[in-house]
Amino acid sequence: MSLDTTTLLAIICMAVVTYITRIAGLFVADRLVLTGRAKAAFDAIPPAVLVSVIAPTALTTGWAEAIAAAITAIIAFRLPLLATIAVGVASVVLLRNLI
Amino acid sequence: MTTYKREMRAGLRDIAPVAVAAVPIGLLFGALAAAKGLSPLEIGLMSGLVFAGGAQFAATEAWLHPAPVAALTFATLLINARHVLMGASLSPKLKLSRPQQLLAMFFLTDESWALSERRALERPITGAYWAVMAAVLWLNWSISSTLGAILGSFMGDPARIGADFAFTALFIGLVAGFGRSRVTLVTVGVSAAVAALVHYFIGAPWHVASGALAGIAAAYLAAPREARS
Repeated sequence: MSLDTTTLLAIICMAVVTYITRIAGLFVADRLVLTGRAKAAFDAIPPAVLVSVIAPTALTTGWAEAIAAAITAIIAFRLPLLATIAVGVASVVLLRNLI
Repeated sequence: MTTYKREMRAGLRDIAPVAVAAVPIGLLFGALAAAKGLSPLEIGLMSGLVFAGGAQFAATEAWLHPAPVAALTFATLLINARHVLMGASLSPKLKLSRPQQLLAMFFLTDESWALSERRALERPITGAYWAVMAAVLWLNWSISSTLGAILGSFMGDPARIGADFAFTALFIGLVAGFGRSRVTLVTVGVSAAVAALVHYFIGAPWHVASGALAGIAAAYLAAPREARS
């Protein structure tokens, strides 16, 4: 069981900012009403971050990954989350062997 | 039966299916984090202290050695910024004192928030209801991800069975959950393009923040100017 100092520091920083986001709402409950473009920008945060994290793997690694990502995206609107992951992993293994 | 017991039973009934569905996700998180070089102890600590699946998956995917602390913290802040709105909406419905609320909010998750908002349409949210959901989800996530880390370290090279692609597939699945509205499609397209370009020309971990900020700006510009909820 190893515990790296920098890793521990990263985990603690992540925990602290997460806790701040969780309690911040308590203090702005009567003031925070987002509408229009501000609300659209706020709602866009989760998909924007998620896509940015995977974009290099999905788009610039190779054809197998890019095609598997496209297949996964189509399946994602039709199947539950775990089935989507299974299809994505199976297609990348298959495509890596074919290409 | 006392109100207290009835509230606890309602919390357990509501959270049980969510907890069952979260077990494989926790195992997967542990295994993928282990493949990135994190130890089971580090993974268990992260799940217990951060307790936010989306942010943990994103951070782990962008993980390098030594850990880029500032970039990981900023990515975590961006992903979890939604908690501010969730907490603001939920706090008037939580029948707790301010110190109790500060404790209760540590356990705020998308799932417990959604279930509580639904229940709040009919009755206030009690401490007993919230505490049961919090305890079940927290234990479930901490234990399943630690277990996944231990099992994952026996798995060997994740690329061999395509497990390195599991992150990507999971995130595509999560993004699909945000729907196919015009604003969402613009956000996804701009974030993907900017993140891929920055990663190619500048490198990790800067693609996460730049891609995310570009997508957020695109959503702001793509949304109609009029207030529309």
